[in-house]
Order: sequence, then structure tokens, then C-alpha cells
Amino acid sequence: MPKINFVSAAGVTQTIEIPTGWTLMEGAIQNGVDGITAECGGGCACATCHVLVPAAWAEKLPPMAPAENDLLECTAVPRSPQSRLSCQIAVTGALEGLTVHLPERQT
Amino acid sequence: MNAIVVVGAGQAGLQIAECLRRGGHSGPLTLLGEERWPPYQRPPLSKKYLGGAVADERLFFRPLDYLAKQEIEFRASTQVVAIDRANTRVLLANGEQLAYAGLALATGARPRMLPVPGAEHPAVCYLRGLEDAQGLLVKLAAAARVVVIGGGFIGLEVAATACAAGKTVTVIEASERLLARAVAPIVSQYFADLHRTQGVALQFGAQVTRLVPLAGGGLSVELNDGTALPADLVLVGVGGLPNQELAAQAGLTCANGIVVDEFARTSDPLIVAAGDCTSHINRRYPTPLRLESVQNAVDQAKIAAFSLLGLAQPYQDLPWFWSDQYDVKLQIAGLSQSHDTAVVRGAAVSGAFSVFYFAAGALVAVDSVNRPADHMLARKLLSAQRAVTPEQAADVNFDLKLLL
Repeated sequence: MPKINFVSAAGVTQTIEIPTGWTLMEGAIQNGVDGITAECGGGCACATCHVLVPAAWAEKLPPMAPAENDLLECTAVPRSPQSRLSCQIAVTGALEGLTVHLPERQT
Repeated sequence: MNAIVVVGAGQAGLQIAECLRRGGHSGPLTLLGEERWPPYQRPPLSKKYLGGAVADERLFFRPLDYLAKQEIEFRASTQVVAIDRANTRVLLANGEQLAYAGLALATGARPRMLPVPGAEHPAVCYLRGLEDAQGLLVKLAAAARVVVIGGGFIGLEVAATACAAGKTVTVIEASERLLARAVAPIVSQYFADLHRTQGVALQFGAQVTRLVPLAGGGLSVELNDGTALPADLVLVGVGGLPNQELAAQAGLTCANGIVVDEFARTSDPLIVAAGDCTSHINRRYPTPLRLESVQNAVDQAKIAAFSLLGLAQPYQDLPWFWSDQYDVKLQIAGLSQSHDTAVVRGAAVSGAFSVFYFAAGALVAVDSVNRPADHMLARKLLSAQRAVTPEQAADVNFDLKLLL
């Protein structure tokens, strides 16, 4: 299972293993990563699983669908070029060692 | 002794327990669930799960050791048979008694049964919990003809999934349009067109009179106009009923749900309730509400936990809902029932539009079809009670963000 690092807004890193095929959001929720709310449960409907992905990893991620792009306009912490919704990123072997940063708040 | 017992381990029950710990409750905390699984997400059951895309464990909110680490004692397959308020204890089906200093009821809701002859046939299914969904998944795989009774959210989501799986699907609706209690006619029409385009047959104004077993297996669904529809599987989605019996038997006030005030408190000061099971006061609305939704489960659970912690905060969160059918996402912000005016932003024919509802000039609700950004913006506008005019809402070139 690929290891993914979640770095809190306070700078604390939590490394978790996420099964291939699960989304980053699911892995974070099931491992109790604070800082991911995911109030819609992964429906690309709420913009509360916002993460920041360093540019070097961006090309390994699935492309952004229009709905995700729209929703990123509504995040609690305004989007940046690194912003993604973690419910839209399925884990693959290529993401081994990925580090994502969590915004200060989701709602 | 400051033990808190939470009855019901759905989304609301889990949220109450976690909020209690986060809010500083350090005493014993027990979360009781009737089902055999840890707390899990229900929304995917009628959507992705039924499409066969999700394994059971992906539905679980938290790993079991996570609850243990928070010192939340979770007990699955545990039924509460009575609340002994005089002695502040709950009685379990196994004879055990748990004393409480505070009690939270998050007992949820159950499907309304179809009240017609023949409805107890094994081909007649309901969908509420994971066990229902597991059974439905198996039966759906073996079925060719599916009849859905009820054109509400559950019925339409199952219809969409069954249709996508290549089944012949008919939806029977008693009223003249789909989602009649939830959305405006233009949205109902959009979903009727969507389902028909996908090949689903819709019958409006139709009452089921009885279900008759067929010799070759399956059922004949007989309607009041004399029509008889053969079905291998019948899915009934005709609304839900609150699980209020435990509370009612203990003498707590119940009226279409366990009655709670704006602080999620029942008529007993030691007992709170939250989620689908409650008839509750939300400061935004003049009359009591009973909502079956993720939003209400989560937000009201927080209010209930705060009350148990002695930090009374009034419930005033905006209700919101969503539904996925085919690749269409419907999102609802606010409650539209009181509206006198509705305007459309975008064009329904484009498959991406929102309906803004106004009552006496004030925005009260927004339904969004494939416009998630409108939905999130609407939640912000409604929560903050910003002034929006129908003209601004209808003008796609007007940036609604400017009103925040």
C-alpha cells in the first residue's frame, strides 16, 4: 500500500498507508487525519477535503474534472494553483511517498 | 459517575461521541449500534455501492482502533430495549444495564412499509442499511425487470443504478411529478426527462393496489388503473419513519420524531437526541422539522454533544442535501417549501442549472443541477442571509460572489 504524508497546517506530518484504488480522502478519514472534513463523503459536492499538492507531484495526479475545478472556488481557505480535492485523487503506485499539505480549515 | 451512553451508531451517533471527546468529556463513553458493522456512510448505499463499485469496508467512517484510541467503547449488534429514566439506566437485550449521567439518542429512521396486500414477498425490497443494500445487490444482479415504487431520492437513485446495469426499470409515483416534496416543477421535469432518456418508464398518479406472485417467479405489481407490471424485483421508497419507540416508551415527548428543542434536548434534561429520529427546532424556521440527511445528522449531533457538555448552542445550521443519478448531481441548499417565486440560473436544456427560490423577496433555497459551485455559494449566501434579488440570481453574468 502506498505511503502518503499529510502535513497539517501546524506542520505536523502524519504518514499513512492507503490501499490502491481508494481516494486520498478515504485514507485520511479512516486513519483519523484531522484537517479533512469530507462532509459529503466523497461526492465531489462540498469542497471540505481540500489539500495542497506540491507542483512536482501534480502531473502524477488524475486530471481535474470541471466539477472539481468549480468547487475549488468555494473552499474555506481560498484555492491556490496547488489546490485539489482529495476525494478526487485515487491512490496508485505512482503516488508512493506523496506529500500533501492541509489548509488551516475546511469549513 | 459521569458516563455518557449514545444509542445509535450511525452518522449522528458517531458524531456525538467524537464531539463529546473533542469537547472535553473525559468520563466513560459508550456507543451502541444495533447493526453488526462499525459506523458507516449510508449515502453511497443507493449510489456507488449498489453499482458494485464499493467494498463494505470502504463505507466505514473510522477504523475500530480509532474509536478505541479515543476511548469510545463501541458495541456492535447491541439492542437497547428500554430506557429506565427513574434509575438513569438503559437496558440491553442481553439483560445488561448501563447507567448514564447523560444519554444521547440517535436511533435514526426506517423505511415506511408498503401498505398493500402481497408486500411481504421476498422480491419486495427496502433500502436503509448495509444489510438491505447487500440483499438488494444480490437480487438486482439476478433481476431483469425492476419496478420502483416511489419517485423520491431513494427510488430514483436505485432506478438510475438499475438502469445503468441494463435492467428494465419502471418508476411508479403517486403524485404528478418526481421529487415533489423536495424540488420545483422545473427540476422534477429535468429528472423525468433524464430518466426517460436513459430508458426508464415513469408512471405518475399511480397507486399500487396489490402485489401478486407470478407462477414463473417474481411479482405482478397491480395499479389502481388496472395496469399490471411484471417485476423480478420491487424496490419500495415511499418515505421514512422516525425510530422513536424507545423514547416514547420511556415517556419522552414524540410527535413525528423525538421532540427536541433548539439545543437538541428532549423533554428529559439528561437526554438529548439528534439526526433522522428527531422533530427539532432550527432557529431559521418557524415550525419543527424532521429531516433525513447527512447535514442534519452531523450538525445536530454537534449541538446535542454541546448540550451534554453544558455548552448550550442553538441549532441554526442551513439544511442541505444531495443526490447522484447517472452522472447528474443534484444539490439542495435550504428548504424551498415556503417559496412564492423561483428563477432559473443557466438553462435546463444545457444540463447545468440552478433554481433560486424566494419567499417575500428573500432567498430561501437553491437547487443546483451539475453546478456545484452555485451550491456552495448558495450555502454561503443563505447562511449569511445575504440579500439577493431574483434578477441577480437569474443573470449568469452577474457574479454572486460579490454579494458575500
